Amino acid sequence: MSRAGWFPALLGLALAVTLAFLTLPVIAIFVHRSPGQLVAALGDPGALDALRLSLETTTLAVGVIALVGTPAAYLLATRAFRGRAVVVTLLELPLVLPPAVAGIGLLAALGPQGLLGGALRDTGIQLVLQTAGVVVALIFVSAPFHLRAAQSAFGAVETSWREASRTLGAGEARTFARVVVPAAAPGLAAGLALAWGRALGEFGATLMFAGSFQGITQTAPLAIYADFATNFDGALALSAVLVAVAGALLLTTKLLVRDALARA
Amino acid sequence: MRRRLATGLAAVAAAAAMTACGSSGSATSTSGGGGALVVSAASSLTGAFTQLGRTFDGGGAVRFSFAGSDQLAAQIRQGVKPDVFAAANTRLPDALHRAGLVGRPVVFAGNRLVLAVPAGSTKVRGVADLAKAGVTIAIGSASVPIGAYTRTVLARLGTARAHAVLANVRSEEPDVKGIVGKLAEGAIDAGFVYVTDVDATGGKLRAIELPAALQPSVAYGVAVVAGAPHSQAARRFVATLLHGAGAADLRAAGFEPPPGR
Repeated sequence: MSRAGWFPALLGLALAVTLAFLTLPVIAIFVHRSPGQLVAALGDPGALDALRLSLETTTLAVGVIALVGTPAAYLLATRAFRGRAVVVTLLELPLVLPPAVAGIGLLAALGPQGLLGGALRDTGIQLVLQTAGVVVALIFVSAPFHLRAAQSAFGAVETSWREASRTLGAGEARTFARVVVPAAAPGLAAGLALAWGRALGEFGATLMFAGSFQGITQTAPLAIYADFATNFDGALALSAVLVAVAGALLLTTKLLVRDALARA
Repeated sequence: MRRRLATGLAAVAAAAAMTACGSSGSATSTSGGGGALVVSAASSLTGAFTQLGRTFDGGGAVRFSFAGSDQLAAQIRQGVKPDVFAAANTRLPDALHRAGLVGRPVVFAGNRLVLAVPAGSTKVRGVADLAKAGVTIAIGSASVPIGAYTRTVLARLGTARAHAVLANVRSEEPDVKGIVGKLAEGAIDAGFVYVTDVDATGGKLRAIELPAALQPSVAYGVAVVAGAPHSQAARRFVATLLHGAGAADLRAAGFEPPPGR
């Protein structure tokens, strides 16, 4: 190796160490037990309940995020107004909050003794220890992922397209629905996939705000924690499913973003 | 250039893989914290042990890991090596002892199960109220000692009443902290915890004593972990729980002397 060879070798070493460190735990989940044992452990009714609940609650959360978050991100991406930077920062804050802080915050805001606790009770809405509470916790922690991705997706849509649509007589709502959203679709979908992945992995805020009860609030991550002490194989099997789903979501995101870049 | 990088990378990756294989066979243990004595202890011991940690002289720092006893036992089974394991029952240390993972356990404290309610609440006045419609309850999950003791209490109520109570359970928490927290926030009406947990909330919760016929025998077991990095300090820690400042801190926190002594 020549004198110039040490730096590429160092880079290679850094990459090898990084790769080994980040993939080893994921690989271990799949090879610690045989595939047969993993599949058998998934037959447990608790595991199936947890997966079903995770699927339902994350789908609902992502649906709400798509319906409310997408237009909100559109406004942020297309309008300049005083305090816009502050609003964007506030919306991104949950990204960097520890889940336990999210859990405490949700209890302090929406718990029975929280800021809006009385108002919620008067309207008969129950969140704490209910499936609805899980969905609320998931929305809180995962919405910022979509808001960010959607803003940049809308920002990348040529202003001239919107102007052309308006010139041709379409109202802003029609332009949004027929021109802007289709143009930004890959980026929006990528944002939703990321939000879905984050929601699927949510643990701390859910446990603190919604509790853990099989079939009602015990999502797959909570079931993994509950099983860890007594049913390690079951916990491994559920983990393997989550890894597979998260991997699929990430891959989808990558493909969509590549698609969007190719179009742009 | 590109080719040389690729070869270099492959060599490095192979070396890394070999190192990884070499170490994976020897069930590497986590001693943690270098010089610190590491104590894995049941959540319900948080107050008493934290107090003891301020005065305990083991020749170095003491670090505590508080969690559900079952979680801590599972960690030890997976190769984590604290110095001391203190559980809210005797079953888990006994099982680890049989597996050769910890030394012979000793019983160092007793406790009482109580029905805890938010201080100002009158919705639940006794065990009989737990079966009423609209009452919400949190209990420990079946694998953590508080949950197992709770199920003993419920079994003594008889099948029909136990079912009615279980129908009101809204959360199965991984340790007592989860139950206490949800009670303090008013998220539930009642929960089964140890009397020491209620004492530790400084008046936020009120304890309702259980009838003697329902009270399970709650015994805390402690053992020095096999191959503990600080075995001498670990033995001193266990000794002080039985007779010294540790025993005094436990009594001050409301723990009872070991049952049957």
